[in-house]
Amino acid sequence: MVQNIIDVRNLSKSFDISSKEPGLKGTIKHFFKRQTKSLKVIKDISFEIKDGEIVGFLGANGAGKTTILKMLCGLIYPSDGSILVSGYSPFRRKEKFLKQITLIMGQKQQLIWDLPPIESFYLNASIYDVDKFEAKRRIKKLSEMLEIDDELFIPVRKLSLGQRMKSELLAALIHEPNILFLDEPTLGLDINAQRNLRKFLKKYNKETNATICLTSHYMKDITSLCKRVICVQEGSISYDGELDLLLKKLSPVKEILIVCRSEEDAIKLENSGFTVKNKIKNEITIKIENNSITSSLKTILNSFDIEDLFINEPPIDEIIGRILIKKDYDI
Amino acid sequence: MNLEKYLKVYKQFLHTSLASELEYKTNILVDLITAILSLIGSIFLLSIFFQNNGSIGGWEFEQALIIQGIYTILNGITNTWFNPNLTEIVKHIREGTLDFVLLKPIDSQFFISLKKINPSGFLEIILGICLLLFCIRINEINLNISFLTLTLITITCSISILYSLWFFISTTTIWFVKTWNATEVLRSFLYIGRFPLNSFSFSLRIFFSVFIPIAFITTIPSEVFLGLSQLWKIFLEVIVATVFLITSRNFWLFALKFYSSASS
Repeated sequence: MVQNIIDVRNLSKSFDISSKEPGLKGTIKHFFKRQTKSLKVIKDISFEIKDGEIVGFLGANGAGKTTILKMLCGLIYPSDGSILVSGYSPFRRKEKFLKQITLIMGQKQQLIWDLPPIESFYLNASIYDVDKFEAKRRIKKLSEMLEIDDELFIPVRKLSLGQRMKSELLAALIHEPNILFLDEPTLGLDINAQRNLRKFLKKYNKETNATICLTSHYMKDITSLCKRVICVQEGSISYDGELDLLLKKLSPVKEILIVCRSEEDAIKLENSGFTVKNKIKNEITIKIENNSITSSLKTILNSFDIEDLFINEPPIDEIIGRILIKKDYDI
Repeated sequence: MNLEKYLKVYKQFLHTSLASELEYKTNILVDLITAILSLIGSIFLLSIFFQNNGSIGGWEFEQALIIQGIYTILNGITNTWFNPNLTEIVKHIREGTLDFVLLKPIDSQFFISLKKINPSGFLEIILGICLLLFCIRINEINLNISFLTLTLITITCSISILYSLWFFISTTTIWFVKTWNATEVLRSFLYIGRFPLNSFSFSLRIFFSVFIPIAFITTIPSEVFLGLSQLWKIFLEVIVATVFLITSRNFWLFALKFYSSASS
């Protein structure tokens, strides 16, 4: 049986946030007397993650995804509840725990700006007690996987964003962690760089069975890497389960464009009881529920003279976007 | 704490920060020239003060040069280690890159206090030592083991007090986010350390001994240098330095509990 590597129970986090009125008067007032209020950004959430799982955290900006990730790796103290990551309380930041995890943030970097990335790799290796020989072997292996062999010796400031992100990944993986926390790792990367990064993460997960917790606004990252997603809405979990199931729930019908041999066939199909979206001459678009798609198509193909048909999947960004926009979307 | 590991990591820190600095040769050259000119300027200023009076606060010009020498060494240490590292704490906290430091299996205070060095500060340390050697000659100081030991102890204490004060102020960034000005004020106070404590009025002497212990930083090591210091003063400096180090360490650990990281 696969063990839970992350166990979160009734976790909450509140921050004191100060607010300021606009204008000079507001600024002066804010300087002398700050109005602060406690804001509960994470509200009593619970979930578990199994060893080797890749889980995507979905949510709008400010929903609390990054705060959850930072509590899981021990950067932020929770206000309430308990977290166990690999058997450790993260915020104690025990050395043995820190050697098992890594955090990669798409918008922040740890590489030494003026030096080639290899210098940062060796520095990290010494911090993580990885001897030089072993570090050399890992750098070689990871740089081959990430396809950045040539960039290792070029100063970081001269690397492209994609090359830099790959180097950040290598720096973060030199100690071979078994839990990866990735906060928008593909932010700002071009399509090819995003694809390469995803390919690498998939391979890394397969080879090392590392657990990956990922937040991203690029749906492609989520769909190609995560079987399971946790949707966060205003600090609460609104969905925790398989991505496929979520998509089916959010988009229960598919649109099918059917091209009939003749207009008469199209009229017959229009009157046969299917939900019709529109009809133009011999082309008709009908809506079929996901659970009856096979049987419905079988009936159509057997009963009507069909020239061609197309199944239109609604864009995933659009579906997920719905839960991000609507605050009280019922999943 | 695994000393071998920390030495190994520090070796890497030295290597990477030296390599980073050497990327910009002109910058190092400018820093070196600034250090030399700054020392010349300070000695010139001191000589103006002593031009009409033979002594200030009971200190002769030749004796006051010792304070200048110790100040130059301390300033060199400040420029080599404190300035590049401790000012970065504010940046780390504001930009949230402290996250990377806190997630490393190494003491965070060690990491943020020693990661960088500015090699041009070395010249100031060397110039300060040269000035002190010159002072030994002109003041006819007898070099012996107890003199060297006491000098080393008091200078180490001075470095500890200065570091702790600076680190303490930088730590408050966790709550106040921006504390550049406070560290600048501290640096300004350090300039005061170029002059003997006795040259200030009684109230200022109390202020610089009790509230901001600049007096401990330069005057006591200088008195030791001249054989003028009483043992209780040295003992007091050791106590102050220890208290400051422990307090700043505990304050850092306490402050980390309030670190909320920067938003992404």
